Amino acid sequence: MTRPGPHYPMETQHATHETHPMRWCIRRELWENRSIYLAPLIVAAMVIFGSMIGILGATKKFRNPLPDPAKQHSAIVKPFSMAPAPIMLTTFIVGMFFAIDALYGERRDRSILFWKSMPVSDTTTVLSKMSIPFLVLPTIGFALSIVAFFFLLFATTGWIMVNGINPARLWGEVQFIEEPMVMIYGLIVHSLWFAPIYALLLLISAWAKRLPLLWVVLPPMAIAMFERMIFNTTYFSQFIKYRIVGAMGLAFRNSKQNGVIEYFTQLDPIRFLTSPGLWLGLFFAAAFLAAAIRLRHNREPI
Amino acid sequence: MAAIEARGLRKAFGPTLALDGIDLDVPEGRVVGLIGPNGAGKTTALNAILGLIPYQGELRVFGRDPWTSRDELVRDVAFISDVAVLPRWIKVSQLLDFAGGVHPRFDRARAEEFLRKTDIRTTSKVRELSKGMVTQLHLAVIMAIDARLLILDEPTLGLDILVRKQFYDTLLNDYFDKTRTILVTTHQVEEIQDVLTDVLFINRGRIVFKSRMEDFESRYTEVMVNPDRAAAARAFQPIHERQVFGRSILLFDRVDRAQLAALGDVRTPSIADLFVAVMGNSARGVAS
Repeated sequence: MTRPGPHYPMETQHATHETHPMRWCIRRELWENRSIYLAPLIVAAMVIFGSMIGILGATKKFRNPLPDPAKQHSAIVKPFSMAPAPIMLTTFIVGMFFAIDALYGERRDRSILFWKSMPVSDTTTVLSKMSIPFLVLPTIGFALSIVAFFFLLFATTGWIMVNGINPARLWGEVQFIEEPMVMIYGLIVHSLWFAPIYALLLLISAWAKRLPLLWVVLPPMAIAMFERMIFNTTYFSQFIKYRIVGAMGLAFRNSKQNGVIEYFTQLDPIRFLTSPGLWLGLFFAAAFLAAAIRLRHNREPI
Repeated sequence: MAAIEARGLRKAFGPTLALDGIDLDVPEGRVVGLIGPNGAGKTTALNAILGLIPYQGELRVFGRDPWTSRDELVRDVAFISDVAVLPRWIKVSQLLDFAGGVHPRFDRARAEEFLRKTDIRTTSKVRELSKGMVTQLHLAVIMAIDARLLILDEPTLGLDILVRKQFYDTLLNDYFDKTRTILVTTHQVEEIQDVLTDVLFINRGRIVFKSRMEDFESRYTEVMVNPDRAAAARAFQPIHERQVFGRSILLFDRVDRAQLAALGDVRTPSIADLFVAVMGNSARGVAS
């Protein structure tokens, strides 16, 4: 296939201008998939609206405090700490659905032939698609969570002041500096932890000739069922569960905070960063991405 | 430097041989028409040249292997590999933004100038445009790229005749500048006859005919004769013969025009006439 001979340099007489392929590829994903920001935005709006109703009852918590200070604290801070959870959960779900379709959709509608006519390498394309669930969605999730968190904090402050309660009692309980930091930590932890899932979904998306969603769902279900029927064990489903929720147990300390995570002391970055699960996951994520890049290059147009 | 060089280019899809040993030399500054029936291997050849599919044999585009050097070549090679591949969700303005953002040689002003001659508005989405408008949009984007090699696979499929004519006029007057190379496939042979500098016929994965257009005009003669002169005309060994309204039309290769003029009405055949002759012969296994 190759022939020895002179290597011709490309001529450079043509007028050129600066380009930013990665930036434009990410922008192009946001154009095509508006759910990347619309879905978390809608959920954030719903969270804020739902919590507003709860705010009306907040005055009771201050007028009739619980006898146990720990329980009183958790009753006050819970609405604020819980607000980001549905927003972040939405970003994870949107990220998974995005990844399943990302490299399949462009082959299904044959637009891959247009994208490949532009000077954007397969590596840039695949990495730009990976960055949506890995970087963009967590950033959007964090921004909206902060907005929801502080919106609720200020709204509650206003409401209790109207009712003649000193807002210092609220601001003394809510960790308004520490908690956003904890949110960032939680998002980084989960981005890294879920990286192999996103990368595997991208690989399936690049590989499947049709119905990538079924290829994602059915084989694991079949394996888990067979394992249970033949060996009567559940190692595979436990492994899946570990990969989905395992980061919580590794990156955070068990605490008696009624499920509320708000303090730095509840974080355990050392245990997380030294867990084989994290590094094996990242190794597989890199391998899956490399395979997806190769597939996108080698796959003949469908 | 040659824009495209191929030696024994082969490509099989399972048991089917799509390209069966193609030799090709396209120097820079030519407008080459690659003409062949459906399934002849046109698109496969273009895909190999574009580095979209692997192949056997030797292939060089500007001296590079397109399969392994696709990322470098794609800056120099613009292409429309198929009609209707623009993403349907994209807005015209977004398409121009994207092309300008990733292609160092995309001239947005030029694309907008092309679009001003059409009914396409920059606020429209591709899915809102008619099939002809989508093709015009794609052409506007591709022709705004200052590429060294432009590859067009059936670029005017589905367009009405006015737009087709306008397209080839634009291609020749505004785009082609004698340093660029254009490789175009089409079914509508007669429309590109005046545009081409070279013509290639491809059938069953092989190049069955190639000629420069200036040679083509001096080499081939068609004569229409009455039945009583048919036998005399056949003595000059025509490469093809057909019957129209009881008269015979015979196509000759390198036969003196004056001798043929004595037998009937002489004219230069169109590419389409020669295409029919060559394809008929190659189907019967006659060497051309």
